[in-house]
Amino acid sequence: MNMTQLPIIKDIYGFLGPDLLVGVVGLLLVLIFVPLNSAFLVWVERKVAGHIQLRPGPMEVGPHGILQSLIDAVKLMCKEMITPDLADKPLFWMAPCIVVIPAIVCFVVIPFSPVMQIRELNVGILLIFAFSSISGLSIMMGGWASNNKYSLIGAVRAVAQSIAYEIPLLLSTMSVIIMSNSFKMSQIVSDQSTVWNFILQPVAAIIFIICSTAETNRAPFDLVEAESELVSGFHTEYTGMRDALFFMAEYTAMFIASSMAVVLFFGGWHGPFFSGIVWFVLKAYFLVFVTVWIRWTFPRLRFDQLMNFAWKVLIPISLLNLLVTAIVIKVL
Amino acid sequence: MLTMKTIDDININERLYQLNLGPQHPSTHGVLHFLLTLDGEVVVKAEMLIGYTHRGHEKMAENRIYEQFYPNSARMDYLSGMIFNTGYCEAVEKLCGIEVPKRARYIRVITSELNRVASHLLGVMDFVMGIGAYTPFLYGWDDREIILDLLETITGSRLTYNYSRFGGVRVDIDQTFCDSARRFIDRMRERFKLYNDLITGNIIFIKRTVGVGVISKDVALDYGVTGPTLRGSGVNYDVRKSEPYSSYEDFNFEIPTKEEGDCMARYLVRLAEIEQSLRIIEQAMNNLPDGPIRADVPCFITPPAGDCYHSFESARGAVGYYIVSDGTRIPYRLKVRAPSFSNLFVMSKIIPGHFVADLVAIFGSIDVTVPEIDR
Repeated sequence: MNMTQLPIIKDIYGFLGPDLLVGVVGLLLVLIFVPLNSAFLVWVERKVAGHIQLRPGPMEVGPHGILQSLIDAVKLMCKEMITPDLADKPLFWMAPCIVVIPAIVCFVVIPFSPVMQIRELNVGILLIFAFSSISGLSIMMGGWASNNKYSLIGAVRAVAQSIAYEIPLLLSTMSVIIMSNSFKMSQIVSDQSTVWNFILQPVAAIIFIICSTAETNRAPFDLVEAESELVSGFHTEYTGMRDALFFMAEYTAMFIASSMAVVLFFGGWHGPFFSGIVWFVLKAYFLVFVTVWIRWTFPRLRFDQLMNFAWKVLIPISLLNLLVTAIVIKVL
Repeated sequence: MLTMKTIDDININERLYQLNLGPQHPSTHGVLHFLLTLDGEVVVKAEMLIGYTHRGHEKMAENRIYEQFYPNSARMDYLSGMIFNTGYCEAVEKLCGIEVPKRARYIRVITSELNRVASHLLGVMDFVMGIGAYTPFLYGWDDREIILDLLETITGSRLTYNYSRFGGVRVDIDQTFCDSARRFIDRMRERFKLYNDLITGNIIFIKRTVGVGVISKDVALDYGVTGPTLRGSGVNYDVRKSEPYSSYEDFNFEIPTKEEGDCMARYLVRLAEIEQSLRIIEQAMNNLPDGPIRADVPCFITPPAGDCYHSFESARGAVGYYIVSDGTRIPYRLKVRAPSFSNLFVMSKIIPGHFVADLVAIFGSIDVTVPEIDR
């Protein structure tokens, strides 16, 4: 059904214009989706971890514990938010607020289906990269403001890591952009209607997945919050809902990273039988599942090994891949 | 590997800062306090502060009769409680000259080796968890659970066993116990393949452990390191072979050693020791003699005046009980030589130049139980 046919919507539509309406409705949807998605992913994470470790995971609240995350969210909201005495209070307060901004803004340009996209931007991919870098800033703020050595080490690691891994991430994305000749996300997806970029650009795809795992601070690159070394890294001092916001941002970042991988390499909404949105969400959640699977299987890298891997292995390979792509495109 | 730095090389005020790792920290099993001097993330100096779980077991021994000290013995090293418990009984038996029946000695070997396997499983998996792999930890826990259940059937407790008695053991083992133990041995041998796939062959695990925390042979001997940590440095020393007690001289087993002395070597030595322990248990069960499980010992023993030192191999190294008797029913002095103490303090020598993350790995690979140090 076309929503614009309803009289009331028509009035608002006429009054505010299509962009604002879509913007408001989209923002509301995103604001609903982000917490629910995080709650669902926390449940998925615990459930998958449980089954990998030969135990059932959460089982008590709701069927197979599906409501566990909601109950946990209520608990976290009720908890006292402790601010350390020696913390830099404004920064300490701001960091968890800032960390959710990229989580929400990035949804603006993600094309869930040919029609389900809040705003089509010519530089959609650049927007996502630009905003996901903000999470590094908020981690640094939180880590610094906590006035805790573990937090500070975690924050320093976070910045170094995100700088190191953003370069190969962008370079591998560039090879796809060269092929599509566009920064538009919907354009990139449309180009994959016959062959997925994963087949044409396997190296870039693998580098992208590795780097987005590192960008979202997931194991085996979870040095920012390495539990056995740094207690819980940059958010050691955070309690209650502030801590939950960091978690929400992490899980949303995971979903956005997977969505990006789906858009760039796994054909976006393309797929047989179901409508586009179903395929998109299925693919994105499958990639999330893969990162969860990796997390509960692999040990953690050491920090110097992590940096060496980025600068000495991933960047040269992705540069080479970009060069080869450019030459092939030029010749063909 | 980074080059060694000493505190004198660097202007302290400018670059270094101190980090309290512990006493409450996820990877200092128990309550150990590392006071680290760091340059960035590189450890320049590590001090180990102990004593947070000091309970005064040795002093307690001076205030109670010999029989009342049974439960204390297992509470020193709660992960190899059976071995400590048996060791204490053997020390007193040596003091009194009690001859233990052969069946009891074999049962002691079986239970001690089961306990050793459980302790090594926990040690290895804790080490792997320190490196960041959570899942193997729970797999190891799963295997260990079977041993705990098995030992629970004869001792009634799962961790702090109170099973050995002067002159024998408390409860006989039956066919059901042996069958369950055999099933466990078969299962455990299957599991090694899983562990090798999941951990030993993992590239990240290899990168994190090979060449990290090398304890050279000389350093190990200087610091009095014992147990798998010493054998990981290439010294073939095991109290079970060098001064056999219980009835270890009857069994055919090897002492696995590795020359490298790094975290990987210690890990592999522990896994190999689990295999050897399984061999010992199998042999002991196959040749289990009939007879009494306890010698004819009075209810309350009164050892003659004198002293005795009994040494035995716990899961962490050579333990020694030194007991001085003044001819009364209460020990005059009881001193325990705990292996974890020496094993831990070798870290102050090898840690400088490593990252904080390596410290966690090395600490895990040395496999220390803090309550054993503090006693």
